[in-house]
This record gives sequence, C-alpha cells and structure tokens, in this order.
Amino acid sequence: MAKKNRNVGVIGIGQTEYSSHKEHQNQAEMVNEAVRYALEDANITLDDIDCVVHGNMELFEMVHQPDMWHALGSGAYGKDQLRITTGGTTGASLVCAADNLVASGMYDVVMAIGLEKLQEGHTTGGITNMADPLWFRHLQTGALTATTATMMMEEFGEDRAKRAAMKYRILMDKHACLNPRAHRRFGLEYDQLEDLMNTSPKLVGELRLIHMCSQSDGACVMIFASEEKAKAMCKNPVWIRDHITVHREETFNNFGLEMPEMTHHYAGRKLFERNGITDPVEYFDVFEMYDPSAWWGLDWLREFLQLKDDEHLKLLEDGEFDLDGKLPVNPSGGVTASNPIGATAMLRPAEAAMQIRGDAGPQQIKKEVKHALASGFGGTLWSVLIMLEKDLDWQEV
Amino acid sequence: MEISYENTKDCKVMTGKMALPNQYFAGRVGSKFIIALRDEHKILGVRCEKCNKVFVPPREYCEKCLSKLDESWVELSNEGVITNYTVVNYNDKHLPRRAPYILALVKVDGADTPFPHIVEGIDVEDVKVGMKVKAVFAEETTNTIRDLDHFEPL
Ligand SMILES: [Zn+2]
Repeated sequence: MAKKNRNVGVIGIGQTEYSSHKEHQNQAEMVNEAVRYALEDANITLDDIDCVVHGNMELFEMVHQPDMWHALGSGAYGKDQLRITTGGTTGASLVCAADNLVASGMYDVVMAIGLEKLQEGHTTGGITNMADPLWFRHLQTGALTATTATMMMEEFGEDRAKRAAMKYRILMDKHACLNPRAHRRFGLEYDQLEDLMNTSPKLVGELRLIHMCSQSDGACVMIFASEEKAKAMCKNPVWIRDHITVHREETFNNFGLEMPEMTHHYAGRKLFERNGITDPVEYFDVFEMYDPSAWWGLDWLREFLQLKDDEHLKLLEDGEFDLDGKLPVNPSGGVTASNPIGATAMLRPAEAAMQIRGDAGPQQIKKEVKHALASGFGGTLWSVLIMLEKDLDWQEV
Repeated sequence: MEISYENTKDCKVMTGKMALPNQYFAGRVGSKFIIALRDEHKILGVRCEKCNKVFVPPREYCEKCLSKLDESWVELSNEGVITNYTVVNYNDKHLPRRAPYILALVKVDGADTPFPHIVEGIDVEDVKVGMKVKAVFAEETTNTIRDLDHFEPL
C-alpha cells in the first residue's frame, strides 16, 4: 500500500439535511450547522482543531473565495485553512487531503468541510465551461450523457439493460427512504419498474429524468485525527486505510482508437492490488459509491469491483446490493437521492464510516460492517476510491 | 528552432461569455437586518456575551467561539466614526457612484466592528480617520445594504 507516516482516524461526522432549497440560512450558517454537528459528534471544541480544509464547486454559487466568506460559520477564524475545488470529486479530495495532512504529521486534528447550495447558482452554466471551446463546448450536454446507457443496451440487450438500470434506481430510492437526511425520497416500488422505464421523461438517449441525480443544498463535515489523538479523543474512530485518485484529460477518448482502461477500473485495480485484496465483493461489507445516474452507478459497479461480463447485473438482479445483500451499495440512497455537489463525494466516506461505527441510523446494515469502500466522481471521469476500516489490523502488502 | 510571435494569420480566437445567473439566500439574521434598515431606519447588531463583542453586520454564530447570537440583538446608533477610508478614482458599470467618491469603514456607536459604506457631503480631499458621520437612508428601497444610502459628516 501507499506508505503512510502514521495512521489517521475519523473522529467526528456532521451533516445537514439535504433539500432543494434552504431559504432560512445563508452559506456560512449552513456550513456552521454541519460544523456544530461534527464537533458535537466528536465531543470536542474548535480549540481542538488545528486546520480546516474547505471545498465546494468552483463558481457554482457565483462566489469567489467562499472559504473566506464561510469563516463566519466554519470556525476557521485564526486557524490554518486551505481550499480544495476539484469538481465533483471535491468532497473526496477533501478527505484525501485531510488524511494526508494528518498522516504527514503537519497537523494532529483536521476538519474537512464540503458544501453546496446549488439553488443559488446555475450548475450547467458552470459545468459546460470545462469543455474545450474549440472542439466540445458548443456540442457537449454537460453532466447529462447517454453513452453508458447505449453501451449497456448493446452489450446486454435493450430490455435487460433498461430493467437493470431501473431496478438499481428503485433500490437507491428504497435506501433513500430510510435515510432521514436524504433529499429525494419518492417511495418507488418495483412494480412501477416498467411504467417508469417507459414514461419518465427522456433527457439524452435512454437517460431519463428518474435516472438522474438531484440538485441539492447541504453540507458535510468530517474530523480527522492522528492515531494517538484519535484513540485519546474518541471511543470508536474509523480508520482511513488507503485512497487513490485517478484523473483523465477532458477529451475522453474522442481522438483515440482504442477504449482505454476506465479510471474507476484502474483505481480499483491499483488500490486492491497494493492492499492485497483479491475479491472486493467478498472483502467489503459496504460500498458507498458516487452514482450520478442509475446507468452510471450500475455500470461503475463492474468497473470498481473488477467484475466481468454481466456479473454486476446478476448481483443486482439477485438482490446482493440490497441492504441485506452480500455487498450493500449506498445504504444512504446515494447521489440520485442527494447531491449537494461539493459535499456529495464526502458523504460517501462519511456514510461508510457511520456504517462501520454502527450508528448510521435507519439505513444501518444489520450485520457488522468492518471494511468499507467509498468513491468520489467528477467531471471528465476523475475517480477517487477510499478504503475505511473498523480495526487497525490490516496487513502491509 | 526559431519561434515567430509576429505572424498570427489564421490563428483563431474563440470568444466566450460565461453566464452564471445566481441568487443568494440571506438567511434569517441577514434578512432581519435588512428589514430593520428598510422599514425602521435602524442599524442592528448582535452581541456575543462570551467575547464581549457587538458584531455589525450581524451573524447567526460568533466566528470566534461559535456562541449562538441570533437572539442577542442590539439596536445601534445611526451615528459613528470613520475608522479607515479610500477614494475610488475609476469608473465602471458595477460601481455605485461616479468617481471620485469615498469608500469608508464606518463603526457605528455601540458596535465593535466597522462595515464598508459610501461617505458623501464632503470633498474627497477632506475625509479623515476619526471623522464623525451619520447615516442617510435611501428614499426608495432596494432591499439591500443600499437602503442605507450613505454616511455624511455630522
Ligand atoms: Zn464569541
């Protein structure tokens, strides 16, 4: 595995509820709400925090230097602070950065803050500017694409692929309905599957409105501490075992001749290899995955988990990604339910850590969760994969 | 290899315009401040008892000690003192006045923090730190901090 100077534990987690709008509070106040929950959860005060890492999407609220604005609520006043904005992966990058800052020995206790108030800005206006002005800016469809749907229908047949994507979507909604903080909780049932397949409005190709993630407001805060401090301050720290970040340039493979290894597949392959994990479905007890749409979520399970052919469809069809299945996926309801973008990729390791602690709430997995996997995703197929552990007992490879 | 910077024939420049429409939710505390300014011509602050500080503009939580402040409103004076200033000497569409005009930090009596606003009724050459000023309210509301139109010398 990647050489770590010292172990790092998650000692506090705080989240707001997620919703389409929050008129009652401004950005700093929303940040403050999650900060207070996290400090309460860790049973510490601001005095214990050495450094704050802050992140949201560039320009989504049309605010320059939001980390400075939010000092009114973030607790960063007089402390070291840095801002990280890596698009959709921001929340996961915050976790990786906080882990690195503590592991390196620079700080003992780091608080990471991810947030978004999507209703205050114009998401697509911001996102479309990532594309090259000469080749793609005037052709691309922002975050809405149907490439994966098309490829899955070609590979597995139209009917099976469409059914699987909608089953995945309904499963996510069932999980979201358990999560009191989730934004969209529709109460979908499996007997609506065919109806939804045919009547949900089409966005691009076979990507339909019901498949797509929400636009949410909300904030998530996680507090990280060195092994020594974590053990002294917290009775059940969750350990960050390892993480990997994989990037790809923005033009995908449009000029290439061969399909390259997908970033998610590469991330999983490398991470599992260096940690000696040969069967991730067997090893992990939960996977909180950044799934921007039902099509992507389903397809990416194959990539991350190093599955072959239709293994991921079979696992889904057999109920193995359910809360009581072999590898529960997104007990929180995932990104199709709640998507406050700068916080979204932090919600994945945060929810995974809560599953390990056993206090995730109504969406808690019934059997013991010892090993958790969490992913972050961002524009042009950036991928972050994080491993969390209940015990400090893993073997160095 | 020689690189020529002079010949730019047929080098295309793509012209763009980023449109980022947005809104800002002021929250309960910020909204109450603007409403008092608009309807009653009053400047409100909040006091942190723990830090013994009165903040203007008000905020829901003290950024130093995280105490909840939204129930500790203080009505402040419409008079105050210039703690610092500058003179804006250029013109642009987003600016509230034609240049030259004075942009000052004004600490109203009873507050511990100054906030920025326009000072008028005095030549830009004559403004000084420590000068006493009073609030002049706008005749028409915009539901913004500009409902306080400017400060002028006492
Ligand atoms: Zn205070």
